[in-house]
Amino acid sequence: MQVQDGEVFGFLGPNGAGKSTTIKLLMGIIFPTAGSAQILGRPVSDVTMHRDIGYLPEQPYFYDYLTAAELLDYFARFHGFRAAERNERVQKMLKKVGLETAGKIQLRKYSKGMLQRVGLAQAILHDPKLVILDEPMSGLDPVGRREVRDIILELKNVGKTILFSTHILSDAEMLCDRVGVIAGGKLRGVGAPGTIVGVKSLGMEIVFELPDGGLSAEKIRVKAARSGANYRMSVSEAELYATMEELRGAGARVTSVTQIKPTLEDFFLELVGKDRAQAAAIEVSGK
Amino acid sequence: MSRILIVARNTFREAVRDRVLYNLVFFALLMIASAAIVGQISMDIETVVMVSLGLSAISLIGLLIAVFTGVGLVSKEIDKRTLHAVLAKPLHRWEFLLGKFSGLVLTLAVNTAAMAAGLFLAMLFVKHSISRGDAVVLVAVYFILLKLALVVALAMLFSCFTSPLLAILFTGGLYVAGLFVAQLRSLQMTQLNAQTQKLLSVLSYLLPNFGNYDVMGAAAHGRPVPGSLILHNTLYTVLYCAIVLSAAAVIFSRKDLK
Repeated sequence: MQVQDGEVFGFLGPNGAGKSTTIKLLMGIIFPTAGSAQILGRPVSDVTMHRDIGYLPEQPYFYDYLTAAELLDYFARFHGFRAAERNERVQKMLKKVGLETAGKIQLRKYSKGMLQRVGLAQAILHDPKLVILDEPMSGLDPVGRREVRDIILELKNVGKTILFSTHILSDAEMLCDRVGVIAGGKLRGVGAPGTIVGVKSLGMEIVFELPDGGLSAEKIRVKAARSGANYRMSVSEAELYATMEELRGAGARVTSVTQIKPTLEDFFLELVGKDRAQAAAIEVSGK
Repeated sequence: MSRILIVARNTFREAVRDRVLYNLVFFALLMIASAAIVGQISMDIETVVMVSLGLSAISLIGLLIAVFTGVGLVSKEIDKRTLHAVLAKPLHRWEFLLGKFSGLVLTLAVNTAAMAAGLFLAMLFVKHSISRGDAVVLVAVYFILLKLALVVALAMLFSCFTSPLLAILFTGGLYVAGLFVAQLRSLQMTQLNAQTQKLLSVLSYLLPNFGNYDVMGAAAHGRPVPGSLILHNTLYTVLYCAIVLSAAAVIFSRKDLK
């Protein structure tokens, strides 16, 4: 698997698939039993390249006797910034992650979401070329998730490379240039979110309004699903025109016709389903 | 070097914000104050009793801090996963280890100095004066600090490859064994076979010799401590700590963190 310069790469997989393990290997927190990895052309064992990397651990936990400002200042020292620059960067980062008013509170009083924000701030504090985020949306409320998404997009716009792991597929679809899907410790596919799932059509979805009464309208009503004032019906591509004729005859007002394509979620669930079936088969044959 | 100092500074700051340490130092000062009272009711030997009790209090409290905090220096960071973000910075694991060691030794130096100041105040209270001869008490305090540095290094080594509880037991056990190194060397081993004699002899030189740091008797009676012993203990501590910390660094550098 390769992450290209300047792209946002999503690392997807169910819980226990090996996402965090892979990231920990890249960051030198654990060591591989076989194989190798390189970051920015250098082996992962070379800690000097950490100058160019920002890392947000999964469910981050920091020294709770420090304030957020002190923690960021502590981390900034490792990058050799002078006092004035450290102070400027710390204040800028606290503002960026929405903690400018909580910067002087000890971290022991922080919520999970606030710790996540501090984690993000320390990861981008030194303006790294590559940002590795392990489950960056974890523990965040919708506003926080939106802010993290904006920060990731902002980093992308200034040319940073971002690798982040997630099991929230909508985030990956929204943010990533490419995704890699891992399940059972194996990489199952790499590509753009739109292409990795394939291009085959799963049918057509028709949304329409239906007048009350009439025999033909009743026939359609039993085949469609109602949501509010609208009805939805999924048909194959071959059946589309005949169905449209039927709807016209019943006096329906068609509001949209959309091709149904498999989503990243479908692809993801299919993989997980296959894995579970395989595991069950092994368990049965083992008995 | 600067990265080691950054970690050391933060370790010291952690200790400063830990109320347990204040309680322990307060307890030591209380013991020293009690020693002053006990000294007053001990006819003629008030200084001997007070200095002995005072130095014992400094040593005991220092040992408690060195063992328990020393074991937690690395293991707590691994358990709480605070290490993950730290090791993502341009920092070698050995630098982290050395920084933690230096930070705790600095903390112990400050604590020991505070307790020693308490002891000198108590001495002033009992004797109404401090003479040049009392400088030997300072030497005894310095030796306690050297001993504590070695205990911290051992605690860190054990915590790198075993659980905190076992690391505490190993460090405590090695400390007690180290108090009897001199006896082990002078043991009459005529009844033992040659192999056992050799093993015990080697062991007596491998074990940290904590007995060497004990000059409490000399300090209590105002007898001077030879300069050669000060130099010997200083070099011994530096060398022994270097060996122990190097072993700890080798183990820690290959350790998978959870």
